[in-house]
Amino acid sequence: MKHSFFPIVPAKAESGTGLGCASSGCGSAPDALSHLPDAIRRKVQDHPCYSEQAHHYFARMHVAVAPACNIQCNYCNRKFDCANESRPGVVSELLEPDQAIRKTLAVAAAVPQMTVLGIAGPGDPLANPERTFATFRDLAERAPDIKLCVSTNGLRLPEFADEIARHSIDHVTITINCVDPEIGAKIYPWIYWDHRRIRGVEAARILIEQQQKGLEMLVAKGVLVKVNSVMIPGINDAHLKKVSKLVKAKGAFLHNVMPLIAEAEHGTYYGVMGQRGPTTAELQALQDECAGDMAMMRHCRQCRADAVGMLGEDRGSEFSLDKIAGQEVDYEAAMVKRKAVHDEITAKLEAQRQQPVEKVGAGETVQRGRPVLMAVATTGGSVINQHFGHAREFLVYEANDMDVRFIGHRKTDLYCTGAATCPEDEIRGESVLDRTLTALAGCEVVLCAKIGYEPWGRLEAAGIQPNGEHAMEPIEEAVAAVWREMLDSGKLAAPPATQKRA
Amino acid sequence: MALIINHLCTGCDACLHVCPNDAIRAESPYYLIEAVLCTECVGDHAKAQCAAICPIEGAIVDELGVALNPLGSLTGIPPYKLHPFHLVEAHS
Repeated sequence: MKHSFFPIVPAKAESGTGLGCASSGCGSAPDALSHLPDAIRRKVQDHPCYSEQAHHYFARMHVAVAPACNIQCNYCNRKFDCANESRPGVVSELLEPDQAIRKTLAVAAAVPQMTVLGIAGPGDPLANPERTFATFRDLAERAPDIKLCVSTNGLRLPEFADEIARHSIDHVTITINCVDPEIGAKIYPWIYWDHRRIRGVEAARILIEQQQKGLEMLVAKGVLVKVNSVMIPGINDAHLKKVSKLVKAKGAFLHNVMPLIAEAEHGTYYGVMGQRGPTTAELQALQDECAGDMAMMRHCRQCRADAVGMLGEDRGSEFSLDKIAGQEVDYEAAMVKRKAVHDEITAKLEAQRQQPVEKVGAGETVQRGRPVLMAVATTGGSVINQHFGHAREFLVYEANDMDVRFIGHRKTDLYCTGAATCPEDEIRGESVLDRTLTALAGCEVVLCAKIGYEPWGRLEAAGIQPNGEHAMEPIEEAVAAVWREMLDSGKLAAPPATQKRA
Repeated sequence: MALIINHLCTGCDACLHVCPNDAIRAESPYYLIEAVLCTECVGDHAKAQCAAICPIEGAIVDELGVALNPLGSLTGIPPYKLHPFHLVEAHS
């Protein structure tokens, strides 16, 4: 089967998930999933999508073997493919199961930090059961050290729950945007069910019923379930708090609320009809409200269905079929090397976990200061190691008088917003900096390894202080140190300077 | 009596799985319904299955060239909204 131009896109959000430090800061801070039983913790501690901490060190890949879908979401356009896009449902190269195995082995050998193989689309994996399970079956046999996970809209989950458990797939992500059919009818125009295309409230009712049943069945079988929700302002934003409570009560171990991505150029219903996505402040507020005592994940990067590498990076093009053609992989040898690398990272993380965290301002006299948001440019490893101009996303941390906590990430230009900012065009330089300034709104400091003269001035003018003094230092310690400096110099007594666009 | 898949097909496989007659082949550049095998699902289902799951408006037509899923019927996007963005060919 040839795909001359590639199908595309059920924008599903499978990518990230987080165990790590969602509610307490990452790196050396205690794990947000520390409330979980040890057995589950061990299962997710090296999964970059489930563990905020792990995502600094471990990598994942998706293989796009599942083109068919059985529902339509209003944030998805099945015709879209662009190499410069990074968002769920978009792929550049559809793979046959045997090609997917070859690619996985090649990546696993070349990137020893790779721990997880996911099937996430570009359609729905469970609408392509033969291709999906053939891939899992072969991989479990040939690469037993790789964790398998799958992401689904949930429509056919009850039908395949047994098979998922049988293939030792221990991580499943279900995209649940609502539990009320009336709301669902505004998100899903139709589903294919029982040999018919069903529309409206009836379609949403069936989908919701199947999702909830599938969730219950997986939890009963001991499969780890994460729930993804797309936050759509005015449609399901207020409702997601209820979703969060319900899926948690049913045993989902993690809830990931992601922002709607909607641009007219994507040709999605929401994009064309002008439905807006949430602002970063709205997203953060909802994530905080949903949090309660449940782990929320905030480091999801909404990756493509064929992403390869650390979260937020995509090395897919390095491992295209023509590049791995004829490559012989000695997987036995690769496994030995992989094990050594994993053990080293795990030991490092374990050491960090044992270390008591030095709280900012802890001590006899607790100093008071307001919380400050800081953006960090990093390529991974939990240190500040990226040049400002190279950063395509920033991690955002909040420092206050208690601790440093990871809030989320801000992308600059990872997805297409039309010709004006398309990397294929030569005119992008100026607009990327503009977009970065917009993306960093609310942050008072940006920490990076280095920064150029021009962006320095623009950032300062916009009320964001650039800081290159903590290059190569651990993120949390640097953020805490900068917060203390700000406190000592009296900057935290006053409210933040009003930010203005440069 | 047979349905036809045209150039709008994205090759997503959805119809392959649901055809009761195994009449659909994954040809390049787009899929093909073998006319001798296609019954339009008469006798098996109330609706032609390929057209019931196909996500692409206009990609499946009858012998007269009439789309079983006309523009606007699946995404809900009014056709006049589509024009400015040239979506059919966008980013291909």
